[in-house]
Amino acid sequence: MVSHRVLAAIALLLGTAAVAGCGASPTPQRVEILIHYSHFSPAEVTVPHGVPVTFVLVNEDPIDHEWLIGDAAFHERHRTGTEPVHAERPDEVSVRALSSAQTTLTFDEPGDVTFICHFPGHEAYGMVGVLHVT
Amino acid sequence: MRRLISLAAATIALLVFAGPTLACAGLIGPNGAVNLLRTTTFAGYHDGVEHYVTSFAFAGGEGEFGSLVPLPDVPTKVERGGDWTLQRLNIETEPQLFLAADAARLGAAEAQVLLEVRIDALDITILRGGGAEVGAWATEHGFRLPPDAPEVLDFYANRSPIFLAAVFDADAAAARGQAVGDGTPVHLTIPTDDPWVPLRILALGKTEAQTVEADVYLLTDHRPGLLPAPGSAFGPNGLELAHSQKATGLLLDDLRSDAGMEWIPDSAWLTKVRVNGSAADITFDLAIDPDGGTPSLADAGFLPYGPTPAPWVTPRAWALLAFAVALPLLAAWFAASMLRGRESPPLAGA
Repeated sequence: MVSHRVLAAIALLLGTAAVAGCGASPTPQRVEILIHYSHFSPAEVTVPHGVPVTFVLVNEDPIDHEWLIGDAAFHERHRTGTEPVHAERPDEVSVRALSSAQTTLTFDEPGDVTFICHFPGHEAYGMVGVLHVT
Repeated sequence: MRRLISLAAATIALLVFAGPTLACAGLIGPNGAVNLLRTTTFAGYHDGVEHYVTSFAFAGGEGEFGSLVPLPDVPTKVERGGDWTLQRLNIETEPQLFLAADAARLGAAEAQVLLEVRIDALDITILRGGGAEVGAWATEHGFRLPPDAPEVLDFYANRSPIFLAAVFDADAAAARGQAVGDGTPVHLTIPTDDPWVPLRILALGKTEAQTVEADVYLLTDHRPGLLPAPGSAFGPNGLELAHSQKATGLLLDDLRSDAGMEWIPDSAWLTKVRVNGSAADITFDLAIDPDGGTPSLADAGFLPYGPTPAPWVTPRAWALLAFAVALPLLAAWFAASMLRGRESPPLAGA
């Protein structure tokens, strides 16, 4: 026999879910990406479109890295770029050695974009990840 | 008393990049570019003390250029090296090359600075720290480490958290009148029980397909045990045993007459190992047993360093495993034998 207390808890959970599902704005997402031995982990991330996503980038390496996210044309520009530090744009983030940084982005359309560190040799070494926007 | 003499000598690597200089054993310029040509290093072991001699060559240009060398233990002395030790070893094993080239002459928490020495235009710093700490120190001091540096520094720091950082002041070298190609020999005295020659560091910053080239000379009391074992020709590990003979008295006398080399013994065995492999293959160091025994897997970088090896590789573990597998089999065989004996009809009187 189910106790009254258990039934009350189930009702509360169902009610909360119903309220959350009725017209509330999407909850902001938080994604933590670790940088270790010059690789991103995870290297494949899935987020919904139309929702602000906060990326927390934790650099465990004693060397500087960067996290640049965009389409193929965006990365092609940065492969030949000369900016040593990125600070102004949310899709271009510098992550100093043994530190962390964060940025918040909203992706309007579903699709795939990539995030890459464009410091010399880092992309070839494997500092590449894919973001699936659903 | 155990007497060790081994002269591990090795490698001359020239790290050239767009301007300034070079060094031995692996590193980096302000733009992260490195072109490693060849390294020369000489390490000798006597009564548990390693004498490590290497040469940092000036390649012109301006500004500073750095190099990191992993060490098996803490040096008690860092001084200017002798003038001809590396070249004399080269003559002994490959005189024709010496004639052909002056190349041989080219010869988290914070890292703890153990020793700082200025030799000519070189600023030498001995550091103690983990990979992250030493990497952070190098980054703070202007080194642009390549992307494989974090893993490689940990590879060494897990065995011996001691590194030599050398910064070549190209402006000071020019002011001293050093010409491009002039080397500055450095001699380190390192008490240690675990001699090894760093090889993996030579691949630092290289792509997998790029080649690592180095010469490693060893001088020991006896024919040494080496791991990995070099073949008579370059094998999959990129190592070749190019010379293995009792050192001549003339060679030992010549070496002993160089500055700081009076420790050279009266008798020794000379070995030369030539390294020529892809950076993807050179993922180990050269471990040495100067008495001819089997060197440690950990010293070669094949196992995590520590007093307790992985349990599955110890002989005792193998014996226990064999016993654990054999015991039930024996019990089953014994039980089956007993059952057969009980169920078999008596032959007589059937």
